[in-house]
Amino acid sequence: MSTLRQIVIVGGGQAAAQAVDTLRRRGYDGGLTLLSDEPHLPYQRPPLSKKFLAGSFERDRLLIRHAGFYSEHRIDVRLGYRVVQIDRDQMQVSGADGSKYDYDALLLATGSRPRRLSIEGADLQGVHYLRTIADVDRLGRELVPGRRIVIVGGGYIGLEVAATCRERGLEVTVLEMSDRLMNRVVCPEISSFYEEEHARRGVDIVCRASVQGIHGDEHGRVRSIICSDGNQYIADIVLIGVGALPNDDLAVAAGLDCANGIMVDAHCRTSDPRIYAAGDCALHRSHQCGGSVRLESVDNAFEQGTNAALAMLGESPRMPAIPWFWSDQYDLKLIIVGLSTGYDRTVLRGRPFDRSFSVCYLRDGELIAMDTINNAKDQMAARKLVGQRNRPILDRLADTSRPLRDCF
Amino acid sequence: MQGNEHRVDGLAGRKLMEALREFDFGVAAICGGMCSCATCHVYIDPEWLSRLQPAEPAERDLLAELRHARPNSRLSCQIDLTDALNDLALTIAPEE
Ligand SMILES: Cc1cc2nc3c(=O)[nH]c(=O)nc-3n(C[C@H](O)[C@H](O)[C@H](O)COP(=O)(O)OP(=O)(O)OC[C@H]3O[C@@H](n4cnc5c(N)ncnc54)[C@H](O)[C@@H]3O)c2cc1C
Ligand code: FES
Repeated sequence: MSTLRQIVIVGGGQAAAQAVDTLRRRGYDGGLTLLSDEPHLPYQRPPLSKKFLAGSFERDRLLIRHAGFYSEHRIDVRLGYRVVQIDRDQMQVSGADGSKYDYDALLLATGSRPRRLSIEGADLQGVHYLRTIADVDRLGRELVPGRRIVIVGGGYIGLEVAATCRERGLEVTVLEMSDRLMNRVVCPEISSFYEEEHARRGVDIVCRASVQGIHGDEHGRVRSIICSDGNQYIADIVLIGVGALPNDDLAVAAGLDCANGIMVDAHCRTSDPRIYAAGDCALHRSHQCGGSVRLESVDNAFEQGTNAALAMLGESPRMPAIPWFWSDQYDLKLIIVGLSTGYDRTVLRGRPFDRSFSVCYLRDGELIAMDTINNAKDQMAARKLVGQRNRPILDRLADTSRPLRDCF
Repeated sequence: MQGNEHRVDGLAGRKLMEALREFDFGVAAICGGMCSCATCHVYIDPEWLSRLQPAEPAERDLLAELRHARPNSRLSCQIDLTDALNDLALTIAPEE
């Protein structure tokens, strides 16, 4: 067992919660402090664009662990506490109020923040971003049936909000800059499936839309969005969902190696061996695709939060797992298993028409990723078979009467 | 925690997974109850099994692919707690 006496965690989200859980579970008995600038105990973000935004999920159900967990396990939680500096020589972090915490090991679990649009009118009333409970509180109040919301960005957050708003009776327009929805994560076939689904539900989807400015009324409230082709969209509410940036500024200022994310090794260790990073803020070398990746997913925060804790205790990391991610829109459950980067062919399993199908991504004949839609069987099987250098037999793959594991 | 037997009490109206999360080191429940991750997998005491609402197809499909699945496997996020289930006995399944 390690000789650590004081572990400090900066950030109080999914990765932080997982790290404190693992530390105590594995018998770490020393001081454990969690510093978070949000006023809430660590909570799940996925419902923020789904059930919680829809109003069908109570607030206390968002918490990853109830308050009693932290006191029972002697975790000193400071909420509303923003860390502003890391002093690596003194092994101390300091907060906005000037107070300091000593550490033997430090975990940066600071997450990411929405990328802001720097266009005219982006600060008008009625323009929203979505990351925190506070954001939902502001946005949720505005979601009155019949009002018009324009969503900038056709990624999964924008589309989940589109689905939720449509179900709440708003008029919804989605403006996407590229030529298709969710273009960074799924293949064109899935993009068009989702485009059709949203259109069928009455969402107005506009691709290749380059937003130029937001116009307001005389009260400083949003009224419309203008695109560079001259088109104008009337809006009572605007939601901007154009990706996220890692919260790595503390690490950059402290001189840790960063490159759009805090660089970590397989043990989640940064370039300073006493400092670890996990979750949305961390950039790691993927054993699957070779390059550096920064993943924004609950699964990744969970795995890295666990691994950082294990490494602090001198234990070996978990077996590298295949990353996965989910998105819920209407009654469609999309699960993405693996990283499809560099795929050279896709094979469809099942028919989109049945609203339950999968797409297999292959590179040099190996199954590197799979997207499943309402297909629990394939998704669980995929989590075991994807990224293991398995070479499926293509015509078997397309035959849905065969379980996935019998396609090799 | 995993492998020990538990009895679940109170929290009617919530999901069984949420009650288990309240235990000291309860289920991981990574997906938060979306029937996606199977990290809330439990073995229900056979005496209790028939008193639960049967699993929906999505849950059954997921369970069917699990290495540690047994005839009394359930995903605890898919089970609604009611007063009739006070004292429900179960064991948390090992991680996949
Ligand atoms: C609306 C929405 C929907 C999502 N849906 C899904 C989904 O369906 N599936 C999925 O897998 N993932 C989803 N995600 C992504 C997932 O929630 C994140 O990947 C995950 O929360 C990352 O965890 P984290 O611990 O790295 O960061 P976070 O959970 O963001 O936690 C970081 C915390 O650190 C705090 N912090 C930052 N800097 C400081 C500082 N200097 N001092 C103190 N505190 C600080 C932040 O305020 C924040 O509370 C969604 C995200 C959002 C926003
Ligand atoms: S919590 Fe994920 S399947 Fe039950």
